[in-house]
Amino acid sequence: MAERWSAGVLQYAEMGYWQPDYEPKPTDVLAAFRVTPQPGVPPEEAGAAVAGESSTATWTVVWTDRLTAHEHYQGKCYRIDPVPGNPEQFMAYIAYDLDLFEEGSIANLSSSVIGNVFGFKALKALRLEDMRIPPHYAKTFQGPAHGVVMEREYLGKYGRPLLGATVKPKLGLSARNYGRVVYEALRGGLDFTKDDENINSQPFMRWRDRFVHCMEAVTKAEQETGEVKGHYLNVTAATMEDMYERADFAKELGSIVVMIDLTVGYTAIQSMAKWARRNGVLLHLHRAGHSTYTRQKSHGVSFRVIAKWMRLAGVDHLHAGTAVGKLEGDPASVRGYYETLRCDKADPDPVRGLYFEQDWVSTPAVMPVASGGIHAGQMHQLLSLFGDDVILQFGGGTIGHPMGIAAGAAANRVALEAMVKARNEGRDIDFEGPDILRAAARRSPELDAALATWGDVTFSYESTDTPDLVVTPS
Amino acid sequence: MSPTRVTQGTFSFLPDLTDDEIAAQLGYALRNGWAISIEHTDDPAPRNNYWDMWGLPMFDLPDPAAALIEIGECRRAHPDQHIRVSAYDASYGRQTTALSFIVNRPA
Repeated sequence: MAERWSAGVLQYAEMGYWQPDYEPKPTDVLAAFRVTPQPGVPPEEAGAAVAGESSTATWTVVWTDRLTAHEHYQGKCYRIDPVPGNPEQFMAYIAYDLDLFEEGSIANLSSSVIGNVFGFKALKALRLEDMRIPPHYAKTFQGPAHGVVMEREYLGKYGRPLLGATVKPKLGLSARNYGRVVYEALRGGLDFTKDDENINSQPFMRWRDRFVHCMEAVTKAEQETGEVKGHYLNVTAATMEDMYERADFAKELGSIVVMIDLTVGYTAIQSMAKWARRNGVLLHLHRAGHSTYTRQKSHGVSFRVIAKWMRLAGVDHLHAGTAVGKLEGDPASVRGYYETLRCDKADPDPVRGLYFEQDWVSTPAVMPVASGGIHAGQMHQLLSLFGDDVILQFGGGTIGHPMGIAAGAAANRVALEAMVKARNEGRDIDFEGPDILRAAARRSPELDAALATWGDVTFSYESTDTPDLVVTPS
Repeated sequence: MSPTRVTQGTFSFLPDLTDDEIAAQLGYALRNGWAISIEHTDDPAPRNNYWDMWGLPMFDLPDPAAALIEIGECRRAHPDQHIRVSAYDASYGRQTTALSFIVNRPA
């Protein structure tokens, strides 16, 4: 005991941060880190260092620890596993007492768990792979402003994925031309159109002008189709005051949805989630910037953690990958993200990269968004991978259609409805998908043209980010 | 302004479903344990949630036959109205409509 408190530097493992016998409590926040120690640093010490630096420790012994019930507040590394096929890396499992975190604050949770430790010199690299948020903590967050069930009831749209498209080109269109794209895509058959992440309020199109023109387009398309339609009006701005002003105006114009970018920060996201619930407006989150820290599997934060945080923070929509499109995403991991956003209770699933069980205790589900390089010819794969509760966004695949934007929208809608109908009839869409599409195209010149244009486009590259808990099936 | 074709519902971009195709969709709903309900409206451009209910939702149907008979009855009574069939999922976490499509349109 005397040695533990002598002034000087002590191994973290010897300070109580490595506790292989510790049984995590049901109330603990759990984290799985992929640790790459510097040469000569044993895995237990590396894991203990992560536990220490993300909770109470500093680099040396401090006597002021003795003024606290320090054992209660210490993060505890309770398990170290090897990473199959990578002798340099280890998975370290750490338990944090609930007391370490402020209720309902993603900023606090993330400052604790990823605040300091990622720059720690004794580690070459560090990645937060997953977290278990205990019900006791989950219940302190608002959660999605509306959630999947309420969104469907707002829209009156059931039993199929929703369809969207991002207006392109993303920069340069005037408000009047921009609204034209919205109108054509919505009247043609899409449910939603979308501002892109970097459309805010630039010299070529100020936000107010864009909102007015887009909402004229939405209203006209609703009248022509009898459907509820929406355009994600991006209210991302430099200050909360600006964002509230833009969101209030969107609501005043009758928009059912507003959008923010991940770059606004966790606190702003939580503020907007409260605004969205208070005002009955859906909240779409574009995960702008996430790949800077989610993509490399040796260092950063896995997207499944971001997904979990954003569900707690309270967004209604979150981009979660396509698996088959142009952007990064191992199919099993992407399905894990979808599970994280939608399920009420998940069991650990190493293939999907779910390290822990997670009980959402009736937190509403987030609608995942699949966007980036997908087209009508992949409809069977998308429906089979993601099921009904997803927004499939075909930007280029709508606007780039040779017969025009409305035709591009109709092609996607026909393909989708034909595939849902076939699936419900009991047909095996994985195998019969292309035939089902071709049959539907015989009655839809729009779909026929879409298949002729993009039918063969695929993006087959190896994923950079796979879970590695077990050998990834290829 | 009245829409040329109301495209509400899961299958409005496909040719109108035949009775056999409707039966196949109802079979899917029943396999999932969903209740079937029928609603109709005389509004030519319906934008509201609440159409008139054609009886109560049908719980625990063994097969689609009874629901098809009800659809037929509703069509005979309201040939010039929109009629939709919905399947309702009462399971915990959903408790909402799971599938909904139009089975009759004004001529």
